Amino acid sequence: MSDQTTNPIAFVAEDTIPPSPPPARETGVVKWLRENLFSGVTNTVLTVLSLVLIYILLKNTLPWIFNGVWNANSLAECREILAGKTGACFAVLTERWPQLIYGFKYPADAYWRPNLALVLMLVALAPVLFFDLPRKMLLFTAVYPFVAFWLIWGGTILVPVVALVGFIAAGAVFQKLGNNSFAAGFFGAIVTALVIWNVGGALIPEGLSENAWLTAVPSRDLGGFMLNMMLGVTCVSLSVPLGIALALGRQSNMPLIKWVCVIFIEFIRGVPLITLLFVASVMLAYFFPPDSTVDLFLRVVIMITMFSAAYIAEVIRGGLAALPRGQYEAADSLGLDYPQAMRLIILPQALKISIPGIVNVAVGLFKDTTLVSVISMFDLVGMIRGPILASTEWNGVYWELLGFAALLFFVVCYGISQYSQWLERRLATDHH
Amino acid sequence: MSTMTDPPKADFRLSMLINDTRYRSLTFQVIAAIVIALSIWYLGNNLIQNLRAAGLNISYSFLGDSSGYDINQRLVEYDSQSSHGRAAVVGILNTLLVAFLACITATIFGVIAGVLRLSNNWLVSKLMAVYVEIFRNIPVLIWIIIIFTVMTAVLPGPRAFRGDNATSSMLFDAFAFTNRGVYVPRPVFANGLFGATILNWLLVIVVLIGSWFASREIEKRATLKQEATGERPKTFLVKLAVWLMPFAVLMLIMGLTWDIPALKGFNFSGGIKVGGPLIALWFALSIYTGAFIAENVRAGIQAISKGQTEAAAALGLRPGRIMNLVVLPQALRVIIPPLISQYLNITKNSSLAIAVGYADITATLGGITLNQTGRAIECVLLLMLFYLTASLLISMAMNIYNASVKLKER
Repeated sequence: MSDQTTNPIAFVAEDTIPPSPPPARETGVVKWLRENLFSGVTNTVLTVLSLVLIYILLKNTLPWIFNGVWNANSLAECREILAGKTGACFAVLTERWPQLIYGFKYPADAYWRPNLALVLMLVALAPVLFFDLPRKMLLFTAVYPFVAFWLIWGGTILVPVVALVGFIAAGAVFQKLGNNSFAAGFFGAIVTALVIWNVGGALIPEGLSENAWLTAVPSRDLGGFMLNMMLGVTCVSLSVPLGIALALGRQSNMPLIKWVCVIFIEFIRGVPLITLLFVASVMLAYFFPPDSTVDLFLRVVIMITMFSAAYIAEVIRGGLAALPRGQYEAADSLGLDYPQAMRLIILPQALKISIPGIVNVAVGLFKDTTLVSVISMFDLVGMIRGPILASTEWNGVYWELLGFAALLFFVVCYGISQYSQWLERRLATDHH
Repeated sequence: MSTMTDPPKADFRLSMLINDTRYRSLTFQVIAAIVIALSIWYLGNNLIQNLRAAGLNISYSFLGDSSGYDINQRLVEYDSQSSHGRAAVVGILNTLLVAFLACITATIFGVIAGVLRLSNNWLVSKLMAVYVEIFRNIPVLIWIIIIFTVMTAVLPGPRAFRGDNATSSMLFDAFAFTNRGVYVPRPVFANGLFGATILNWLLVIVVLIGSWFASREIEKRATLKQEATGERPKTFLVKLAVWLMPFAVLMLIMGLTWDIPALKGFNFSGGIKVGGPLIALWFALSIYTGAFIAENVRAGIQAISKGQTEAAAALGLRPGRIMNLVVLPQALRVIIPPLISQYLNITKNSSLAIAVGYADITATLGGITLNQTGRAIECVLLLMLFYLTASLLISMAMNIYNASVKLKER
């Protein structure tokens, strides 16, 4: 202690030395490049190879895209405008736009109807996809299918109205009877709906559709990307409830119900969608009553719905199996009966786990709607391969058309998968 | 004194069928059975009436009739005089061929892309992510059509190979890529040991299997020696010899020569012709499914906890051996089940052959035969039967595999 007072210190640093900047190769872009692209011989080779690949790709595609001709009436005219340069002939997209989107038979003065249906669909989907929105909006979602049917097919408004009334009455009966016994409510609702549809259908006068405000459009006139969207949206929304029912049936301890579900699911999953579409186009008609005509669109919707329901059922079964046994036992010990336990405890959790899987099935299904072109329905791919590429004006414009179709599907499918990832993060309530 | 008695046994009342859980499931099953029986009766009745109205019946005798159409791409003898049944067999073999080829290449693409996506190299991993996203999000039918268009509209015709100023030339003077298909050299045995070609090929396969067993035996001996003495003998050269020597000797004895395709007249002749539709389907299925397999591989590798890699590194293993000895054996357990269901998907997606005119089972039995004979129900049923059998066989293989690699727990 005394040393300090006796020996005065010659120098004391009063402030710290400012930190010197890190060496140039350890900061910023250089460091990042060194660590991520050129960290070793192999890595450098890989980087150079990738750069060469990207360069070749861009060198071949960019001039083609930027020299593209957007206004011409035929491929020959395109070539004249390009005068020997490489360039795309995007004019086919502008000239055949309505055909690509709506098909070649949909009446041109009615294009606003599918457009409006698409906008309304986004409104109707919003409360389902983003559940921060007011729950009241679900009312519109419930009415939407009937509005969309009326807009796209046109004809008399009485048909969708009767269908809607049937559903509302069924819902009311279920509310009334379902409080006592789920089964009574369920069967009562089905009977009510069937009665109203049959009576209402008989009451609608014949020939009302001819001079309706919205001209009636037969199903075979639908086409283009609109057909893909309609098949995708309809079949996914129909197959989710069917899939839930099948998954519950497969878990059931009633042997008959269980085996029916198992056979159905395994059969559908074992055959390719094309064979099911063949069933829809050539075989299903034999199973309907002799004088009835069920149009191809409905037959295809039935088969695709069954197809995706089987896959969704397997996804949901995975979700059900992932729930701990305690959840089922807790529901039992609370005295809940089977429908209550499922509705209030099991399904909300199981469906949450299954969302990524269901979205995967939905994306796959949407891509598979292109297969209807094989049974000569004119969806986007069918339009491209059929009327457009076969026409004298546009014979040989492959890349622009196929690229457009690919881009359209990519945007939709990638969008859906990004939404699913967002939803997964949003629903993650467990803490890691 | 009071005695405990059982509550009086309730008499059976009709309402118990709905309200009592002991009887309710029985009620439901009876209702379900009635509904199912009624719908089967209804559909069957409609079917019978419709068939009678159309003057048809269910019969499979058409399979024996002469088909009257030709198939370009075939593995067995077939001409337009052959029966519809034979056409279906040609179709089945073609389906199996394209599914087999696509499974192999899809696995190669998928494993490469999946491993590279985990690469430290930022550019490479991003490129692979782009590959996976692009190919997964565009329908496989569009890919098939795109590649088929490349095959038919972009590749040169045979006439481009002709003359002194030919615009195209053959690769290595042996492979010709034309818009009518790709021509590759065909191996021919000048003096085969057997009369039938197929027997000669069987002999080659038997020799190769023998080599495989021998090289496994060498590995086993090396391991035994390593355990006894601590030193592992070098086996690479011996194994190479075991693989190459018998094969080379066999080839010399049988006099292997190559039948190289050559331009004769307006088209190539000789060699093996691989048709454009087959290549389009094969390649499209490979790159499309490869993108899915890449995701499975990535998920499998990422599922192995980092502690395993770190523990292996702490033991002093080099990165390559960590991958081979520690990560991959565990990752395979996660990767293989989804991989097999991707193989199933390839088999089912190969039915898209009908879009490009490759004569698989869907295009022969479900396409031309169906349209010519009008036997819709029979053809579609047979078609479904084939795919169901294939699916069940593949899932059986998967179950056997799963059982064999299951973690043995007590």
